[in-house]
Amino acid sequence: MTEKELDLSHESIRERIYVLVTSYNKKSITLHPETTFSGDLELDSLTVMDMVAMIEDEFDIVLPLNLLPDLETIQQVADAVEKIIGEK
Amino acid sequence: MSKDLFDKFQAVIDQYSRLPADAADPFAVRMDEVLSQTEAVIDGQKTILAGTNNYMGMTFDADAIEAARQALTDFGTGTTGSRVLNGTYSGHQELEDALRDFYGTKHAMVFSTGYQANLGILSTVVGRGDYVIIDADSHASIYDACAMGTADILRFRHNDAADLDKRLGRLPEEAGKLVVVEGIYSMLGDRAPLKEIVAVTKKHGAAIAVDEAHSMGFCGDKGRGLAEQLGVEDQVDFIIGTFSKSVGTVGGFCVSNHPKFEVLRLVCRPYMFTASLPPSVVASAKVAIGKLRHGSNLKDALWDNATKLHAGLKAAGFRLGTKSAESPIAAIILDDTEQVTRFWSALLRAGVYVNMALPPATPQGLFLLRCSVCASHTPEQIERILTLFEEVAKKLGVALSETLPSDADAKTKETQPKSDAAAATA
Repeated sequence: MTEKELDLSHESIRERIYVLVTSYNKKSITLHPETTFSGDLELDSLTVMDMVAMIEDEFDIVLPLNLLPDLETIQQVADAVEKIIGEK
Repeated sequence: MSKDLFDKFQAVIDQYSRLPADAADPFAVRMDEVLSQTEAVIDGQKTILAGTNNYMGMTFDADAIEAARQALTDFGTGTTGSRVLNGTYSGHQELEDALRDFYGTKHAMVFSTGYQANLGILSTVVGRGDYVIIDADSHASIYDACAMGTADILRFRHNDAADLDKRLGRLPEEAGKLVVVEGIYSMLGDRAPLKEIVAVTKKHGAAIAVDEAHSMGFCGDKGRGLAEQLGVEDQVDFIIGTFSKSVGTVGGFCVSNHPKFEVLRLVCRPYMFTASLPPSVVASAKVAIGKLRHGSNLKDALWDNATKLHAGLKAAGFRLGTKSAESPIAAIILDDTEQVTRFWSALLRAGVYVNMALPPATPQGLFLLRCSVCASHTPEQIERILTLFEEVAKKLGVALSETLPSDADAKTKETQPKSDAAAATA
């Protein structure tokens, strides 16, 4: 866990987000940076909020739900997480 | 040509059209006559009402009706104005006095609906730079209030004080924070662990608002709600409630001891920019609240009915939202939209009205038949409801078992994200 917390490189953040998103990939589609949560993964708004809670716990950050309208793709979430970690 | 603005609703239209065609339409129930608190005529048939949130049966209270009639005669049909312009009559202030009395608080503010009470308070008391932290199973009005406000919105796992603790712990110490929970959650009828949640909230120096919409009238010795029952009222900053359940009419309110509370009348838009309640509504609400204060017989009758209905459904083998009767709500968990619609429709045709609730309005994506009992239901009516539930289950081949998990816990685990479920079983 300690090792994980220390490794906050660009690549590592993306890798860890992919792992988290995989647990919501019920249709087992191929994930790529432009994969969308509501469109491609067909997640409803409540499920997206559950996912946000997991991302917050994974990185020990605060990711307010107000940001959700701008977070449609995996790439956008990864960028937001990286920005929040950078501001900590 | 620009696109049809209604294209975005196509998924909803499709879902609606997939409801079984031979079943009654759950979104088009019409009560032609309301015979009492517990009976109405629907489609020409006398029907037992078991899904109205009319917990204390106040809709037909003779004194409340008489007060409403008098107010109608004396003050007319409506105020045609906002509380801050021409819409405050003596009745509105008397109702706020009655609420202050009932809750023993310094301040009370009446809104035109319960929805607007949540919308107004929760969108206004937190602003930019503040945080609002809500239970994941919160009512739509709480989510909408957050969306309308400018505070950062966080959500903690339903009824999980430890999860709330963790999330509050990540916030800047000096930031303003408001935790929002409900006393009883309307869909499954489960209670909040309010003692633990209040303790965690205060540990982090945050304020807390409790929506007692589904717990007012019958929880606590004075009927104020779950915060009273659990002895944490003095630590709750805002209690929000409604007149459209135990009070038997329509409207909403917030009570508080915050020294600056009254300023909300000047800054809270859902309070300011809508017409105030009609005088007749205000008059009946005031009488009903007075009755709730001394309503121990009604309370006993309600809990008796709630316990019997819950126990009967459980004994029949239905899967329920709670292990025991935590509230006057009994939620029967079924498998899918088709089954729940057919079950609901068969009950209606047999003469019992309950609520049908589907995702995304339900927690954990559950398909529910939601019953709520009234203090005025007779033992025979409760028996009849139970008999019909069993008959319909048999007719539709719904699997019943006493060995099935009788609460939603099992389902919660199934629907939680995989990694969490793995952690829980590891």
